[in-house]
Amino acid sequence: MKLFRHTWLLLRKDLLLEWRRHESFMTMFFFGALLLFVFNFSFELSPVRVNELAPGLLWLAFLFTGTLGLTQLFEAERINHCLDALLMSPMDRGALFLAKGCFNIVLMVLVELVVMPLFWILFNLASWHLLPTLFFIIFLGTVGFCVLGTILSAVTLKARARELLLPLVLFPLMVPVILATVRCMEAILSQGVLGDALPWLRLLIGFDVIFITVGILIFDWVVDV
Amino acid sequence: MPQFTEKKRKGVLGGAALLFIIAGLYWGLIKAPPDAYQGDSQRIMYLHIPSILTAYLSFFLVFVGSCLYLWKREKRDDRLAHAAAEIGVLFTALTIVEGSIWGRPTWGVWWTWDARLTLTAVLLLIFIGYLMLRALVEDESRAAASAAVLGIIGFLDIPLIHMSVYWWRTLHQPPSILRPDKAPWENIHPDLLTALVINFVAFILLYFYLLSLRLRLGELRDQIKSSRLN
Repeated sequence: MKLFRHTWLLLRKDLLLEWRRHESFMTMFFFGALLLFVFNFSFELSPVRVNELAPGLLWLAFLFTGTLGLTQLFEAERINHCLDALLMSPMDRGALFLAKGCFNIVLMVLVELVVMPLFWILFNLASWHLLPTLFFIIFLGTVGFCVLGTILSAVTLKARARELLLPLVLFPLMVPVILATVRCMEAILSQGVLGDALPWLRLLIGFDVIFITVGILIFDWVVDV
Repeated sequence: MPQFTEKKRKGVLGGAALLFIIAGLYWGLIKAPPDAYQGDSQRIMYLHIPSILTAYLSFFLVFVGSCLYLWKREKRDDRLAHAAAEIGVLFTALTIVEGSIWGRPTWGVWWTWDARLTLTAVLLLIFIGYLMLRALVEDESRAAASAAVLGIIGFLDIPLIHMSVYWWRTLHQPPSILRPDKAPWENIHPDLLTALVINFVAFILLYFYLLSLRLRLGELRDQIKSSRLN
């Protein structure tokens, strides 16, 4: 229980900071919206094609905006050496991991909540009723992305050119999440139900659970020294 | 004196590797009969399978070295993980190149997004990322700990990547020698199997030879650094 209390304290600090600065959310949101325009110019999306490409495009947009968030995730702690103070305080480092992970999830979910309807409006999609189910899948993908991303964001914290390095180590490891999310969304968009894609959903949930556990256990070593 | 014995041991290892490579080439290229359907292009199998198996072995060693390092903080274990990752990248790249050369006459394409091909390529990318991380973190113990965490996560992710790309698509032939229903020697002509086994031994010997050289290199580098500090 102490773990969750500490997690909440740390998360509240980050949320408050974001509430006063709007830095991460604003850049992520505008970048996400910008990507929709870029996609439109590069793919010449006709109504038939957009239904086929929507899962991949949406997920790409969220991967890129999420990466922006991840590179900023430990920035406040890094610049002022606040990380040392956090590490000195008597708290489980798993709480730091959970708080940072949750914070990026909150940011990404907020962006997704705006960008997804925008996608439906900009590309004239009719399937508004599928949005909640699709959002649920995207949420599970987002959790997987942020969990692994938080670990790797901390791992690359002391590296040179870390903003460039992070996606390089993160994306290959994200293959299961990318595949599972896109397959589930494809099934929902084409058939309205998950159907054959159920194993993908299980894989996605499995990924989330495994790496949340690994993260809590391993974070001690990630931020050490 | 111990210097000398270690040198000698490495020499023996390297010599044995060379002998087995020559024997393997002889069996694979001359003694073993060509494949009934694929003809001579099948002979690349004698290199292809040993190289991917040694690559797997080396990623397992990265995982072992990473776990040991985080647990005991001995530089030796970190050197093992680093050396194994470098040689693993080399052997994975070799596997992909060999597969491409074989795929062109057999499948008609250099590359296809088949499950096993994709998995191998993703493995290569993961461990190239691992090496880049090592290169970009300046503080040494920090680099070792970061790399160890990445080594462990990468290894844990492999089963999930494996599962996902298999569900995604499969074109690569299923394993024809190590099958659950029959003993290995019933699935393949004995001459072909012998050629494969000799080449496998050759690759393992070569692998450990390279590993010992790379470990020694890491050790010397660390020595130079510490003597500079003194």
